[in-house]
Amino acid sequence: MAEIKNYTMNFGPQHPAAHGVLRLVLELDGEVVERADPHIGLLHRATEKLAEHKTFLQTLPYMDRLDYVSMMCNEHAYVMAVEKLAGIEVPIRAQYIRVMYDEITRVLNHLLWLGAVGIDLGAMTMFFYTFRDREDLVDCYEAVSGARMHAAYYRPGGVYRDLPDSMPQYQASKIHNAAAVKQMNESRQGGLLDFLEDFTNRFPKHIDEFETLLTDNRIWKQRTVGIGVVSPERAMALGFTGPMLRGSGIEWDLRKKQPYEVYDRIDFDIPVGVEGDCYDRYLVRIEEMRQSNRIIKQCIAWLRANPGPVMATSNKFVPPKREAMKQNMEELIHHFKLFTEGMHVPAGEVYSAVEHPKGEFGIYLVSDGANKPYRMKIRAPGFAHLSSLDEMSRGHMIADVVALIGTQDIVFGEVDR
Amino acid sequence: MELLQILQQTGQDLLGPAWLPVWTIIKIMVIVLPIMGGVAYLTLIERKVLGWMQVRPGPNRVGYWGLLQPLADGIKLLMKEVIIPTKSNKFLFLAAPVMALAPALAAWAVIPFDDGMALANVNAGLLYLLAMTSLGVYGIIIAGWASNSKYAFLGALRSAAQIVSYELAMGFALVCVLLAAQSMNMGDIVRGQQSEYGLLGWYFIPLFPMFVVYFLAGVAETNRAPFDLAEDESAIVAGFHTEYSGMGFALFFLAEYANMILIAALTSVMFLGGWLNPFHGWPMIGGLTDAIPGLFWMLGKMSFFLFLFLWFRATFPRYRYDQLMRLGWKVFIPLTLVWVVVVAAWMQTPFWVW
Repeated sequence: MAEIKNYTMNFGPQHPAAHGVLRLVLELDGEVVERADPHIGLLHRATEKLAEHKTFLQTLPYMDRLDYVSMMCNEHAYVMAVEKLAGIEVPIRAQYIRVMYDEITRVLNHLLWLGAVGIDLGAMTMFFYTFRDREDLVDCYEAVSGARMHAAYYRPGGVYRDLPDSMPQYQASKIHNAAAVKQMNESRQGGLLDFLEDFTNRFPKHIDEFETLLTDNRIWKQRTVGIGVVSPERAMALGFTGPMLRGSGIEWDLRKKQPYEVYDRIDFDIPVGVEGDCYDRYLVRIEEMRQSNRIIKQCIAWLRANPGPVMATSNKFVPPKREAMKQNMEELIHHFKLFTEGMHVPAGEVYSAVEHPKGEFGIYLVSDGANKPYRMKIRAPGFAHLSSLDEMSRGHMIADVVALIGTQDIVFGEVDR
Repeated sequence: MELLQILQQTGQDLLGPAWLPVWTIIKIMVIVLPIMGGVAYLTLIERKVLGWMQVRPGPNRVGYWGLLQPLADGIKLLMKEVIIPTKSNKFLFLAAPVMALAPALAAWAVIPFDDGMALANVNAGLLYLLAMTSLGVYGIIIAGWASNSKYAFLGALRSAAQIVSYELAMGFALVCVLLAAQSMNMGDIVRGQQSEYGLLGWYFIPLFPMFVVYFLAGVAETNRAPFDLAEDESAIVAGFHTEYSGMGFALFFLAEYANMILIAALTSVMFLGGWLNPFHGWPMIGGLTDAIPGLFWMLGKMSFFLFLFLWFRATFPRYRYDQLMRLGWKVFIPLTLVWVVVVAAWMQTPFWVW
């Protein structure tokens, strides 16, 4: 008899399904995975160390680049940490705006996830369908912040500015003539809220379309049902959060269990899975998109009815109005101090966490009273999920590893930080 | 026809016995060149159709509506460096793409495009086709082995297992056709489907399960979605052609598309009456459409199947390797086996009207 031995295969770091730069060393017995060893660190950018050398405000844009598909949620955890430490009251309107943008971000993230996992399992058309809807949402990002991805819109004390009253318009070009442009601009005639409302009315039908393609598709079910089953006990022991935990049947959502901002005033449900396999995690995320849509609608209604300030007034942390800065000595000094030294956050330590699209995203911040954090630690959900890949993928086939990485929703920006 | 005879006569007079090979080469050219053109434009049509299904325009930059895109792609691939991986078997590495493409083109010899319009009127045409379509997999296996890459090797293994399983189902489906037509000659198979009832006389009605199995097995044999496991780009990068670049890659590409067209042609010939008019013998419409040349019907039927190839690709997720095997062994093969018996018994009864 010939000697039979397993062979190892490098899955990544340059691999179409590695979702970035995952290097997975697979030990294979034929096509069956015996051991999966994730090697991380290829996208390490030392965000935590950089934060120790930047002022509190300068650290904020680095948060966007952690999980680069759910930008504003990362910012949210960070500004909440600073606010807790400094004891800043955030105006209620700003809280609603944040909640609304958190949910927009959740939809953005889940849409990208759905497209990517579709491609991973061979359903390439999903990617184009989800990106059609993402386009409208990144336009909402652009309308408030000027950037389609790395928004840097939240600030300690509120949000950078109020929602705009007009949306940017498409211009006629060689590809789209005036008539086509007029039709494309139809939903952009009002302000951001009108545009978003139009989107929320359309979106449930689009989710139905995605589901027609996948949910009852036999091949899709064969590829996901029973793959990577995680029991509720194991899910908790492995430190799962977010849709991964809820997919295993545990109803844990920070928005309900430890409500922050105005989530306690908003009506929404938490979907949970039953089996804890890839298919349940898929269904949980699909339902979360519907729930996010519901939350966005409620926020729109409230924001329409209640104008008000979107920034705190404490000038030790929040830059003064430009007009006031030009006229008053005190405001001028505040402005100068804030934009040279930055804010001084009182000494202390704080942990603040948000329900990020991927799970619990937390910022642990230690301040010694200086204008920079003494230490910042990021709790990234993807890190805990990725560390369970070995357990989840044992005994499955190579193609299932792809499905697992897909439904774990790994993004290397946050895992490697 | 008269023109052809004059040409034949002049050729005979000029070249004597050397005319036969020359004439054959001319005929081969007349078949192969349009196929190559068809392959090139099939890639464009695929991208356009996928584009339309995915709410995007598809290629539209090179020439009007992207019509020159295949040429641009061809030139690009020609100019690229052919990279040969170290520690690969150079001879086999370079031979493999040729071995994949050659059978894909050779199989066309027996396809009748219209009554009598085939390069070779072979009596064992069906056997020849079975042999040729099976040979194509050697190119893939050799490519995977010679690349000395684990991804390519896995792709080759998957492809080998896949072809072995689906070849069986395909063979049994062909046995049914053979039973019904009582001939292995492709022309006779089409003529066997001729009747005064148009498309009601075609074999896809009595052999419907075989028709479906044959086409699906064909999709699997050409490594197209949802059975494209040999080049499963999300798990094993590009499968057997991971290490190929430039013309080596282009040849695999050509082989894949030539095979697609071939499967479309075969399905049309064996189940949808090849060049026959679907409305022949029907009142009114039959008389009007009988004037249309058979080649048109043949191409129309092929286009329909090619569209199905593209449609599948846009709609379905990909099977997993073991699920593909299960489908082949546990569904297709038992189904075809049973149907062979059913057809054989059915033909003994007076209810067999085809």
